[in-house]
Amino acid sequence: MTNSRTMRVLQAAAGMVVLAAGWQILSYVFPHYLFPPVPEIISRTIEVLITGSLLVDVLLTAGRIFGGLFGAFILGSILALVIGQSKTAENFIAPVLTFFQGIPALSWVVFAIIWFHGIEFRVLFIMVMTTLPAFTFQILDAFRSMSKDLFEMTMAFRPSRWTLFRFLIVPTIVPGILTAWKVNLGNAARVVVVAELVGATGGVGYQLLRQQQLFDMAGAMAWTLQLVLFVLVVQQTINAIENWALRYRAVSERAM
Amino acid sequence: MLKQNNSMSDPVIRFKDVSKRFRRRDGRGDFVAVDRLSFEIGKGEIVAVLGKTGCGKSTMFNIVAGLIEPSSGEARVIGHDPFREFAFFRGKIGIVFQNDRLMPWRSALDNVRLGLQILDTDAGQANETARQWLMRLGLSGHENDYPHALSGGMRQRVSIARAFAVDPEILLCDEPFSSLDEMTARDLRAEFVRLVRQNNKTAVFITHQINEAMEIGDRVLVFHHPARIAYETRLDAATTEDARRKVHEDIMRVLSVEQAPT
Repeated sequence: MTNSRTMRVLQAAAGMVVLAAGWQILSYVFPHYLFPPVPEIISRTIEVLITGSLLVDVLLTAGRIFGGLFGAFILGSILALVIGQSKTAENFIAPVLTFFQGIPALSWVVFAIIWFHGIEFRVLFIMVMTTLPAFTFQILDAFRSMSKDLFEMTMAFRPSRWTLFRFLIVPTIVPGILTAWKVNLGNAARVVVVAELVGATGGVGYQLLRQQQLFDMAGAMAWTLQLVLFVLVVQQTINAIENWALRYRAVSERAM
Repeated sequence: MLKQNNSMSDPVIRFKDVSKRFRRRDGRGDFVAVDRLSFEIGKGEIVAVLGKTGCGKSTMFNIVAGLIEPSSGEARVIGHDPFREFAFFRGKIGIVFQNDRLMPWRSALDNVRLGLQILDTDAGQANETARQWLMRLGLSGHENDYPHALSGGMRQRVSIARAFAVDPEILLCDEPFSSLDEMTARDLRAEFVRLVRQNNKTAVFITHQINEAMEIGDRVLVFHHPARIAYETRLDAATTEDARRKVHEDIMRVLSVEQAPT
């Protein structure tokens, strides 16, 4: 087990090393304002992380991502439970969510700028609207995959609705919720940058816009890497939570 | 062999002309699963219900459990309607299903505690009761194991412990040992009967195996399809081997003339 994990880490690291090496070679061929050397990118990335005034922008973006995801998660959970309980509610709500799913993130950005004044509310609105359908449908799928056998077994004890929710529904939908968070995290990280790029005065997206105006490729890479690092850290945290929450699952010794 | 009509003054379970129809998915009218079924089961009785697969045994089981409502007729359990007075039966009915139906995210101990937690039993007491039941069923040392780490027989023991732990008045068992090997099933059958008698429970035991029905039941009800009683007999320790053989032959004859479910 440990050996296979070490091998996986080594393979992932090897891939990144090859990518960095390729970039470094390009930096020898092209001017540095197009392909800055890897050490310069790393040094600029570290600079953002250790400079308080710059780190604030990273934290601001992280806060916006979490705020949007939490908002969409809460709203999506409520909608999923309502849809799950009533066919009429499904007929009414599901087409609207499907319609929302078809609207590009950039359109939501434009709508938000036209409709709202406050920057934070604009970003929150954009984040919620772009991730809400996916959260709702993923949680609904998890809810619907609930075992009929386990439902009947639990109902035989005559639980209250709250007890049923706590003992059966929550554990049933937890894997779906974790998957929804993982999927929507990447989506939210991309959308937040677009939202900040167009209508914010702070955050990673705003900083990317500044680097573009300064024609600073190393800076653009450094700010991009902040977002990538953030997503990686949160993904790993969700993976750790998943491993703990789903520890009851049997694991085959034979790899696929 | 004794062909009997048990009339009792205060039955624990009473069915009077109960029918259950389901709408066919293909729209070709209704499918009758239970047809004017009438019987009574007294306190402390173990009644084995025998019939071919698809004869409506499980439908009858679900009506007693309050999971489905009869289309017509009257079903009463402890004098109450099990479907409409659903909450009345909190802690009064324990069920052992055909498959163990253990929650995979709960350990063996937590699975046994489930019913007690739903009944708001004090946590310490629930823990102690669950441990005792696991011990009585030979699962000491497996309290913290998840279901995937247990064998089929062990998982079914956990589900039996879960049913007994809430100290129900009635135990309903739907072919609980049918997926186990014969040796394990025999051990568990003996254990089950001992526990039912020791704790003075009323039990309905559904099976499609004649030997199992005769081994477990004080009374054996043989169902036709759709479910109604085609044959009924009482067995006890005094029933001779010859009489048992005769009962076996009679049941075989009844089952062999039965129409196949449509």
